[in-house]
Amino acid sequence: MTDPNPPYLYPPYGSTPLRAPAQPLVMPKYGPDAIELSSPVFGHEELGILDDDLTRQHSGEPLGERIIVTGQVLDSGGRPVPGALVEIWQTNAAGRYVHLRDQHPAPLDPNFTGAGRCLTDADGRYRFVTIKPGAYPWRNHHNAWRPAHIHFSVFGTAFTQRLITQMYFPGDPLFAYDPIFQSIPDEKDRERLISRLDMDTTVPEWALGYQWDIVLGATPMEA
Amino acid sequence: MTTPSQTVGPFFGYALPYADGPYVVPEWHPDAIRIRGRILDGAGEPLPDALVEIWQADAAGDVPRGGGAWRRAGNDFSGFGRCGTDAAGNYWFSTVKPGGPAPHIAMLIFARGLLKPVATRAYFPDEPGNATDPVLSAVPPGRRDTLVAVREGDRSYRFDVHLRGERETVFFERYFGG
Repeated sequence: MTDPNPPYLYPPYGSTPLRAPAQPLVMPKYGPDAIELSSPVFGHEELGILDDDLTRQHSGEPLGERIIVTGQVLDSGGRPVPGALVEIWQTNAAGRYVHLRDQHPAPLDPNFTGAGRCLTDADGRYRFVTIKPGAYPWRNHHNAWRPAHIHFSVFGTAFTQRLITQMYFPGDPLFAYDPIFQSIPDEKDRERLISRLDMDTTVPEWALGYQWDIVLGATPMEA
Repeated sequence: MTTPSQTVGPFFGYALPYADGPYVVPEWHPDAIRIRGRILDGAGEPLPDALVEIWQADAAGDVPRGGGAWRRAGNDFSGFGRCGTDAAGNYWFSTVKPGGPAPHIAMLIFARGLLKPVATRAYFPDEPGNATDPVLSAVPPGRRDTLVAVREGDRSYRFDVHLRGERETVFFERYFGG
């Protein structure tokens, strides 16, 4: 198996040259009780009841295209990971983050924050109701635009599996121009970040559904 | 099959950090220590937009197995901490020194410009067990001191992380197949 992850140093993404480690990584000799082989565990009582519905966190409904995003968190053997904390954040429909340093001159939506969290169920399944995020410009290079994406943060059963990534939408014409997406060396691995439209998830007269599974890396004990 | 990593980006600040994130134990816990430091780039400049996460055993060397990693109750020990760096690149945690022969804290750093996190460990100074710790022993001898925190006071330690450059911190491989 080859590593599907991007390298640290990827000069087309201009923030990497000063932040990418230059020394080779050290292969850790983890014993069976190494701290990295366990993970923080989160309980339902630690989450709010509206945390998984980003369209109901304010007094009114956000503008934009309401969507459902769902899928399974799986381990490297394809087994579901129940009870995994999944956190997401994203722009509003206009491509603007609720973040003080986001200076994109697109409107904020008073009814949309764009942050959510949930725990996977017994089948490893997560589900969010949100709105489709917008593309937005950034200053990496002249005329740089990010394809629409939702940031995902996932805890597995080992700290070595801790994953932060981005989910994209099918057929986005900006993929070819985005150095963050293109930093993943293999095209098949890049495609693992693209959700698919799923008519079984779609709710008639209400919201399109997108399906996206997350596969966590093998732990050192599985390797 | 593994889902590839992507950068956390610069705009996670309203979503991931939370008020209790730096408190693995409350500061009034009788065994509380403070570990703090800066995250620095290859030019020695601080990262104002990094996210630091730690995971560790308690003072007896036990790893929390139940819930409560996020909303720690009262005087409990959560084992997990999360802190975004401030404008000067500083992070900090209130925690306890873990048990075991070579006490250490696992640390992950996410940031804009890191397409995948860096993983390291913060060990403690003046610990005889460090000499025989299997993970520390596998690190090239000249670089081991990058993994050892500096004592600043009775209950205070400093652990700076250099992502790149002459004093680059040792980072561990995180891909093990799949």
